[in-house]
Amino acid sequence: MWRYVLKRLVGLVVVVFFVLTIAFVIVRLAPGDPAALLLGPDATAADAASLRERLGLERPIFLQYLAFLGGAVTGDLGQSIFFNQPVTQVLAQRAEPTVFLALFSLLFAVMIAAPIGIYAAYRRGSFLDQGAVSLAMLAASVPSFWTGLLFQRYLATDLGWFPSSGYGGPDAGFLERMRHLMLPSLVLGIVNSALILRFTRASMLDVLGEDYIRTARSKGMGEARVILRHALKNAAIPIVTVVGLTFALLVSGAVVTERVFNLPGMGNLVVNSVLRRDYPVIQGTLIVVATLYVAINLAVDLLYAVIDRRVKY
Amino acid sequence: MTPGFTRLLFARRSVLLAFLVFLAVVVLCLLAPVISPADPAKMSVRARLTPPSGAFLLGADAYGRDVLSRLLHAGRVSLLIGLGVAVLSTLIGVTLGLLAGFVRPLDAALSRLVDAMMAFPDILLAIALVSIFGGSVFNVMLALSIVYAPRFARISRASTLVIRELAFVEAARSLGSGTGYIIRNHVLRNIVSPVIVQATFIFAYAMLAEAGLSFLGVGVDPSIPTWGTMINEGRQYIDTAAFLILFPGLAISISVLSLQITGDGLRDALDPKLSKEL
Repeated sequence: MWRYVLKRLVGLVVVVFFVLTIAFVIVRLAPGDPAALLLGPDATAADAASLRERLGLERPIFLQYLAFLGGAVTGDLGQSIFFNQPVTQVLAQRAEPTVFLALFSLLFAVMIAAPIGIYAAYRRGSFLDQGAVSLAMLAASVPSFWTGLLFQRYLATDLGWFPSSGYGGPDAGFLERMRHLMLPSLVLGIVNSALILRFTRASMLDVLGEDYIRTARSKGMGEARVILRHALKNAAIPIVTVVGLTFALLVSGAVVTERVFNLPGMGNLVVNSVLRRDYPVIQGTLIVVATLYVAINLAVDLLYAVIDRRVKY
Repeated sequence: MTPGFTRLLFARRSVLLAFLVFLAVVVLCLLAPVISPADPAKMSVRARLTPPSGAFLLGADAYGRDVLSRLLHAGRVSLLIGLGVAVLSTLIGVTLGLLAGFVRPLDAALSRLVDAMMAFPDILLAIALVSIFGGSVFNVMLALSIVYAPRFARISRASTLVIRELAFVEAARSLGSGTGYIIRNHVLRNIVSPVIVQATFIFAYAMLAEAGLSFLGVGVDPSIPTWGTMINEGRQYIDTAAFLILFPGLAISISVLSLQITGDGLRDALDPKLSKEL
């Protein structure tokens, strides 16, 4: 077990190194002189040259790369051109809506997908089962921003069930801010329920065919108990994996959903940074999100070993 | 493509229906210049935001342009991007996968590179790449191809590693076949099924991603009509003219859904082992 953990940790470090390298290369390929961008259109060539010197842009590219790696490892992701603040600080200020949006939508997704998935597997081949599978496919085919816009218009603007956009203003309390996340989370939850539904159904189908389920039934145990206690407990293990897989999907969805509902999160920040040509922020977001993805998937794999004693590494 | 294959593919009626729907979308969009009721760029102040009616079957947008005609023309670009990404990412990904599978010293580095690429969420990486390349149709296609290529690299590397050790490949090698011959005649032939299935899904994902990028305003140039840019444009009129975003959204959903069902059918027909119970 410890050998396995160590091996995976080394793997993680290697992948993160590649993530950093890709992020570095992407920003180096970006058109335009960063110094000129920082200073704005009124700067003279001499100003730009001295700033380039100060930022270390005159050094050989390999030394810049080493400095970038060294910075990233110590938690320094550079300076935002637009905000003139460290990128890590800019990101931290916008983490709250994104993190809670991701958490709530994952919760909604599981609440929608798990009961339907379990029931579909239980009534395999029935009309309801086919309906559930088709619905999951539909949810994965509809653009999330489109659902978001329609929900916003009809559920928020017309019916007034939810706040239609924003994050409750500058002095909104925590609960008020969370209230503004409900509709966006529901939209994102529906989109992400598709994958979880398919996983739950497939995993339950595997388990329901096992001998011990037949044994449980033959000794007269009630159906609810068989399904919810015996089957679900074992089917839940692969379902945990899907949480790691949906993370990337959640972040992609969050970028678009934040834009629809005008939430001041990291997704909105990235899009604005593209429009402002604030490359360090784009780079920083890429690094943070990809590293989180790799770390979450490692955590899920290790959790797998903890939940299921049969898994030996 | 034998008659047996077609029968297998369309064994489920839903797959046949989905395939026909997608085909209809493609044909309608290809015929856009012929069947469009109006010039998609012709503006008319008096027709601003007209709801669907006899004169404008799907209504008119904020400039009085015919939505149906725009939808048909925009579909050409959206479909072109989807198809382009499916083809280009297959080419890039399979090449990388074969390299990793056959050139041992490259394998570890290429595999970690692929892992790292797949750690970036699709849209985020695409946004970063488009911001560098610029927002032409080809650049968006290229950016999305880079985003999706790692999936093909994984599939083809895994298959290559299995196939190159099989007895018949060893036999071919001992008879003097070169690596090029083995790739063409043994490896490619064996990975073609999973790659085609994956390419169908990537076609669908790429259309969704393109729409997302255009909606965010960081995709193709807003002056080029795609289904995504149409939704983005219609967004500010959503309270008075929701049909402006309704129809392009439906067009995306119908195309993507029919493609995904077709992909599922292809998977079942080409490789029953892959389908399992999903």
